[in-house]
Amino acid sequence: MADTAEILSGLAEIVEEVAGIDTAEVTAEKSFVDDLDIDSLSMVEIAVQAEDKFGVKIPDDQLAELKTVGDAVSYIEKNQ
Amino acid sequence: MTTFRLPPSVPGARIVGLGSSQPEHVVTNDDLARRVETDDQWIRDRVGIVERRVAQDESLVDMAVEAGSRALKDSGLTTADIDTVIVATCTMTAPIPNAAAQTAERIGISAPAAFDLNAACAGFCYGLAAAADLIRAGSARNVLVIGAEKLSDWVDWDDRSTCIIFADAAGAAVVTGARDEDEIGVGPVSWGSAGDMATVIRILEESTNKLHQEGQTVFRWATTRIAPVALDAIAKAGLTPADIDVLVPHQANLRIVEAVAKKLRKEGAREDMRVADDIVHSGNTSSASIPMALDHMRAAGRIRSGEIALLVGFGAGLSYAGQVVRVP
Ligand SMILES: CC(C)(COP(=O)(O)OP(=O)(O)OC[C@H]1O[C@@H](n2cnc3c(N)ncnc32)[C@H](O)[C@@H]1OP(=O)(O)O)[C@@H](O)C(=O)NCCC(=O)NCCS
Repeated sequence: MADTAEILSGLAEIVEEVAGIDTAEVTAEKSFVDDLDIDSLSMVEIAVQAEDKFGVKIPDDQLAELKTVGDAVSYIEKNQ
Repeated sequence: MTTFRLPPSVPGARIVGLGSSQPEHVVTNDDLARRVETDDQWIRDRVGIVERRVAQDESLVDMAVEAGSRALKDSGLTTADIDTVIVATCTMTAPIPNAAAQTAERIGISAPAAFDLNAACAGFCYGLAAAADLIRAGSARNVLVIGAEKLSDWVDWDDRSTCIIFADAAGAAVVTGARDEDEIGVGPVSWGSAGDMATVIRILEESTNKLHQEGQTVFRWATTRIAPVALDAIAKAGLTPADIDVLVPHQANLRIVEAVAKKLRKEGAREDMRVADDIVHSGNTSSASIPMALDHMRAAGRIRSGEIALLVGFGAGLSYAGQVVRVP
């Protein structure tokens, strides 16, 4: 099981691959939509890759609740 | 014992003609923004569409006739050569009579086997697979396969999650027999369905009787499940991803098209593989999108005769189908 730091860095790699955003930009307090300019469809792609990488399920209704990178990290940590 | 005689079979099938048809009337994103709350940039970013064609006077059969006639002309065959007509469609407003028989009649094809096929946006690939196998088995000699859709009859023009996407068109291919293995130009089909997800794209019979989709669910499904179908179609034909010259996925959403291309490149498809983007000026035309994209790309010189194209359709049902073909 991945710890918080591992989840954050793993998630940052996924965000970089999907949306072309530098991993250094992907920090816990950032909002996906407002700060990182990631739209709802890129979020779906990020969720799919996070599911594979961390062995979690992130259904569409849950995904909509994950506003910040920190939200996603703690969701993954709880559900992995 | 009594035995049945069967017709002689042929080694396989190939596409020998392409054609397409679109209505005259262009609808821009700004036109839509005057009716629903949306904007040009949002539509370009999320679905990649700049403009689409919406039928005013043209009927579904009008478009099928035009696309079919053009494909026939392109093939060099005559109406007398065609013995089977398949129309893939999911948007006839009345289920009886079917589109295929009247389309054939209007093109001037006399008394062919004629049937409609509903596999929604996978319809053309289903029809092509059926055509190729009918030919291979000797049941048909030359088949006209048409994907024809008038989605505008089913779109709720006040629903911004669907009206920005769908449009009208027809695309067609003429399929004939291959005389030997080298001539085979339609690969084996990789196909299937996901009936457990039947409700995610459907007509709301209980209320508006218009098309409804759960956009994100469809997006997730298409971006994860379709590349494997495409790869299976390549493997079934005995090819590798690097053999693919042009990728022609159903033009559902440019973001889905790009996601499928990216996945295939990770599996060895070439960087210089051309990827169909006909949706930009045509919208999502369901079963018409694949043959029309092939036709438009060939007309624009973006693909050449003899090149290997990978087709993959997917949509309501849910249903999906893909195969490799040689561009006529
Ligand atoms: C339909 C589709 C474009 C909608 O995109 P989406 O990102 O899922 O849209 P959502 O409904 O989650 O909405 C995201 C945001 O955009 C807004 N929005 C939705 N549609 C909009 C439109 N047409 N114009 C402007 N904004 C729109 C929403 O209000 C929402 O804003 P909010 O987060 O501030 O509330 C997209 O899901 C899609 O294309 N899916 C695939 C469908 C497909 O290919 N179908 C054919 C299969 S053959």
